[in-house]
Amino acid sequence: MGCSCHDNDPLIPKVAVIKEMREDTHDVITFKIIDKDGNRPFDFLPGQCAMLSIPMIGEAIFSITSSPTEKEYIECSIKRCGKVTDYLHELEVGDEIGVRGPYGNNFPVEKIKQTDLLFIAGGIGLAPLRSVINYAMDNRSDYGLIDIVYGARTPNDLVHPKDIFEIWPKKLNTRVHLTVDIEHPDWSGAVGYVPTFVEALAFDINKTVLICGPPIMIKYTLQVLEEIGFKKEQIYTTLELKMKCGIGKCGRCNIGDKYVCKDGPVFRCDEITELPNEY
Amino acid sequence: MKKILKSNLPELWKELSEKFNLFLPIEKRNTLNFLPWKTGEIVNLEKVRTNGSPKNLIMPQTETYLKFKCQGKKLSFEAVEEPISEYVLFGVRPCDVNSFTLLDNVFLKEPVDTFYREHRNKGLIISLACNNPDDTCFCSAFDIHPEEEILGADIAAWDLGEYLVFKGKTEKGELLIKSLENLLEEFKDEKKLIEIKESIKKEIEDLPYSNLDLKNIKESLLEIFEKEEVWEEFSKTCLGCGACTFVCPTCHCYDLLDYNASTCGEKFRCWDSCMTSDFTKMAHGNPRETQLQRLRQRFMHKLVYYPNNHDGTYLCVGCGRCVDKCPVHIDIVKIIKKLGGEKDGM
Repeated sequence: MGCSCHDNDPLIPKVAVIKEMREDTHDVITFKIIDKDGNRPFDFLPGQCAMLSIPMIGEAIFSITSSPTEKEYIECSIKRCGKVTDYLHELEVGDEIGVRGPYGNNFPVEKIKQTDLLFIAGGIGLAPLRSVINYAMDNRSDYGLIDIVYGARTPNDLVHPKDIFEIWPKKLNTRVHLTVDIEHPDWSGAVGYVPTFVEALAFDINKTVLICGPPIMIKYTLQVLEEIGFKKEQIYTTLELKMKCGIGKCGRCNIGDKYVCKDGPVFRCDEITELPNEY
Repeated sequence: MKKILKSNLPELWKELSEKFNLFLPIEKRNTLNFLPWKTGEIVNLEKVRTNGSPKNLIMPQTETYLKFKCQGKKLSFEAVEEPISEYVLFGVRPCDVNSFTLLDNVFLKEPVDTFYREHRNKGLIISLACNNPDDTCFCSAFDIHPEEEILGADIAAWDLGEYLVFKGKTEKGELLIKSLENLLEEFKDEKKLIEIKESIKKEIEDLPYSNLDLKNIKESLLEIFEKEEVWEEFSKTCLGCGACTFVCPTCHCYDLLDYNASTCGEKFRCWDSCMTSDFTKMAHGNPRETQLQRLRQRFMHKLVYYPNNHDGTYLCVGCGRCVDKCPVHIDIVKIIKKLGGEKDGM
């Protein structure tokens, strides 16, 4: 007989079912995940993460791309880039995996109420921001103007095409600005990297900025934003490091004395300046 | 307080081992480690430092915590609920007792690690004062007084030459002493105990590494982090072997891994080391690519990050094992001194 004292241990996942798989791009699939009873596996806030586990392959942490206002499921947009993600891409609807969470802090959706929002995303970086964007859309009167700047390598790398081309542009007081890195025969929109594009769009600086994407994109976009006159205190971003436990104990995702899994992944840019440059 | 003739200890251990898993510093193949005791084992209570720390008792080197069962597409999880037997850890030095408290700060903090908690709850700790501290001991830097009773021990013990003296510190400890009454004698020679304490205190004060004062490290996290010359100097010989993290009683980083088993699969936890290059390696890169960054991480964690998150308490107990074991003589005491952590006027 066991002690049955570990049922609620934070490391024990629960069974989840793949409800839907939507191929967004050639290497990104958005998974809709429910628990065995058909419900959302857990409650969360925009910006928080889920640890998915594939038996015998491993666990990896992913940002949740659906909004908490979508109550039936969680969604994760997952780019194929390693051992666990390769395997996830091979799954089929109805397959069962493990899930635990939610982990980490969240975007300050309360604090930024009544401000204009500027979202800036690059590539798969749209995934965590989409949770906040849809949250703001579903609580539209709580927020001001919404600008969404999104760039990817090619038109085929833009994730969540339905949102960016059809749904969001039709929303009230919402503008979507898309760009791709290089010219493409199927693309008639803007061409150029996100930082240059942001500079050209010449936004007024009374906005809350939420930015997410490859580290290099974030770095140069932050420079541009500061040149335009944005203060670090107005800008939020997410950081990502290798994680195992998700609860600040296994010891590998720290930047200085902060653990990205529990003190992050969302950081205000002035907080990042106080951290060692090791991420 | 109670005492026992040292020559009668095997009898005491025999009695203890009938009720508990009893762990003692035992010599095997010329190394001293906390191992299960049975009649005939060579117990060494003289040598102050075991090869490895007793942390494997509360945080096993590997531990299966989850079983998967797969049936076609169906999956189920089951937490491993194997009962842990009650155990007695006999002869733990005050530095190692203190290391348990430091690990408690991590694992018993919400969300509680229930596997760790189970190991902790099942143990009874008998500490032993350090009559013969080693030249590389420096516990006094962390306000540990190995002559006194240490917080975290259920029973404190002193070696008075012919006798061991026991003092119950917790209810659990008192009860154990009571249950062993037939083997113990009353101890009344307080004067002798004070003499021993004084002599240990004196020995500790005279140790070569006794001149540390970490509160003199006054720079900010970023300033210490950016002391490239210090990290460069100490990391250039580092082999990244991880021996320091392995023997350290306070290093507690772990990995979670999967393996194939008859049930379809299991997940286990094992010790990990921030000294290895794949500790932080991700699909898209590695934030700590150089040995300098990895060595710096280990010492920053012990001397700056952990204290920042735990009311100024350092993640080191001065046991001296890493100083002893490092194949290229990287010495945390030298690093502490280089960062300014020496007593004024040294």
